[in-house]
Amino acid sequence: MTTPSLLEVQGLVKHFPLKKDVFGRGGGVVRAVDGVSFDVMKGETLGIVGESGCGKSTTARLLMQLLQADQGEMIFDGAGVNTRALSLKEFRRQVQMVFQDSYASLNPRLTMEDSIAFAPQVHGLSREVSLARAHDLLERVGLDPKRFAERYPHELSGGQRQRVNIARALALQPRLVILDEAVSALDKSVEAQVLNLLMDLKQAMGLTYVFISHDLNVVRYMCDRVMVMYLGQVVEMGPSEAIFENPRHPYTQALLRSIPSMDPEHRTETPPLAGDPPNPINPPSGCRFHPRCAQARPECAQQVPLLRGDAQAHPVACLLYPTSHPA
Amino acid sequence: MSQPLVNIEALRVTFRGGRKPVRAVDGVNLQVQSGEVVALIGESGSGKSVTLRSVLRLHPARHTKMEGRIEVAGQDVLAMDSATLSSYRGRVASMIFQEPLLALDPVYSLGDQIVESILRHEPLTRSQAQARALELFERVRIPSPERRLQAYPHEMSGGMRQRAMIALALACRPQLLLADEPTTALDATVQIQILLLLRELQRELGLSVIFVTHDIGAAVEVADRMAVMYAGRIVEQGPVKTLMTQPAHPYTQALLRSRAHGAMDKGMRLVTIPGSPPDLSNLPSGCAFADRCAMAQSACLESAPQAQTLAQGHEVRCFLA
Repeated sequence: MTTPSLLEVQGLVKHFPLKKDVFGRGGGVVRAVDGVSFDVMKGETLGIVGESGCGKSTTARLLMQLLQADQGEMIFDGAGVNTRALSLKEFRRQVQMVFQDSYASLNPRLTMEDSIAFAPQVHGLSREVSLARAHDLLERVGLDPKRFAERYPHELSGGQRQRVNIARALALQPRLVILDEAVSALDKSVEAQVLNLLMDLKQAMGLTYVFISHDLNVVRYMCDRVMVMYLGQVVEMGPSEAIFENPRHPYTQALLRSIPSMDPEHRTETPPLAGDPPNPINPPSGCRFHPRCAQARPECAQQVPLLRGDAQAHPVACLLYPTSHPA
Repeated sequence: MSQPLVNIEALRVTFRGGRKPVRAVDGVNLQVQSGEVVALIGESGSGKSVTLRSVLRLHPARHTKMEGRIEVAGQDVLAMDSATLSSYRGRVASMIFQEPLLALDPVYSLGDQIVESILRHEPLTRSQAQARALELFERVRIPSPERRLQAYPHEMSGGMRQRAMIALALACRPQLLLADEPTTALDATVQIQILLLLRELQRELGLSVIFVTHDIGAAVEVADRMAVMYAGRIVEQGPVKTLMTQPAHPYTQALLRSRAHGAMDKGMRLVTIPGSPPDLSNLPSGCAFADRCAMAQSACLESAPQAQTLAQGHEVRCFLA
């Protein structure tokens, strides 16, 4: 049986223990990612949205195996990751990542062509072949190799550096690219250029993206499906249109209403949510959103809602919906 | 029209620290009426923050050449000696920054910082100043304000810190509030709370605000007028509604079109502005936007266009408008 999903993630958990202070106080646990399961379909762009501390970047790092998960399983194209069927090295060849900070993620002592050609050489290609590939990729991301191949990171603008980071991520011909706030640090006019580039590359090279961003407008434009996270858990997941047109979770609804209005005649009148996102060290009991939720009921503090949908509607984890009640 | 609270005329700011002098602001004219909110929009390096900081003269005097005129509440800011400047800062005009953790002092409690600032400017007793600090914390809606006044900046969340910084900025009842990307580092649900708080305080206290942001959405939420900056110049300014519906400068038009927004079709390509902003140490003699502009003509390369008025309060620097 062939599966349409490229990556299956089951029950991912990552807790960071905190150090106790000299009096033996503190020492809690940051529940950064707390039981996250999802699939990434072949050829889609899956968006992950949420506020700081919701676990979206930790999830990305767990996917890349930059962090070791405490629990959970990942299956890439039918083979378990880090098993005999799929070694970590081979998995990392197929899954690549682009980070937010374009400068910090490039080695300042390597020229652009060397940065891009580095990974192919590690994976056994000759220097000539790797450099030829680097030049080809520079061309593809819209940087003339004659002008840019021998430059260093500090000689490039933010947008150009992010293009190089994208080229480097593609150097091993991966199938899945994780974009962690990859356009967030760019100016709007440059951001649009890079988003267009990402769309073109995806088509041309048959890529699958996991697109992490806090900019909901960009997520809506880029993504086929969207996963909304709150305090380490997924609260809603569904097709992009459904999430943006018909959000089911009160948190998603508030998040969408927080987007500044672009119409000076209809400004936002009251803030959709009060307070800051709470700290993931001691998350609230039951539904983690209940202290900020306008529709919370007494049972929300006790029962943990399940992320479930039905034939009519996409999955949501909220006790307002019968499907989410624990059996 | 009455005398504007802020009058910036032909402001030029040049930094001389590096190898080549960098002209960050190149002839900015901006007026802000009392009780008016003006948003300065632009991308990195457009000179929006430099313009804002000039109003408080925050640039190091040794490496900065400032020309032109800045007048706030009838005072000539560029001519102030250091004593006048100290009593002007915080009292007439004060500023809130993007990153409160860097702007607040980590070793004093928030209450102490506010009290210090009040006592510096006003002949009050410590307990009167403390009472005002408490009132300010209530005003910016910090929950359990008595307890929070004792807190240190690192003990608060990002949104609360930003509220505390607004309280600090308002401590001496300034007439002008300068806001430098105050919501950029915040999460979406917190950003909108802070924007609405600013709008409410501005209205209640009758403040004039200059609000620097790269986020047009945030500007639309709070501003009456918008000024779009590019390469150190204001290329277009006018009422928010006019700029949103009838932008006249090709740069403003492109900026509005290049945003991904809700109503877009999937797969539709974003309209982009080719290239990148010019080098500020080597500005072209013509319009700075000309080499990225789809409508540029030969005249655009020869000389820089002057500001022309299209309608009441709507000004644009473009030969084609």
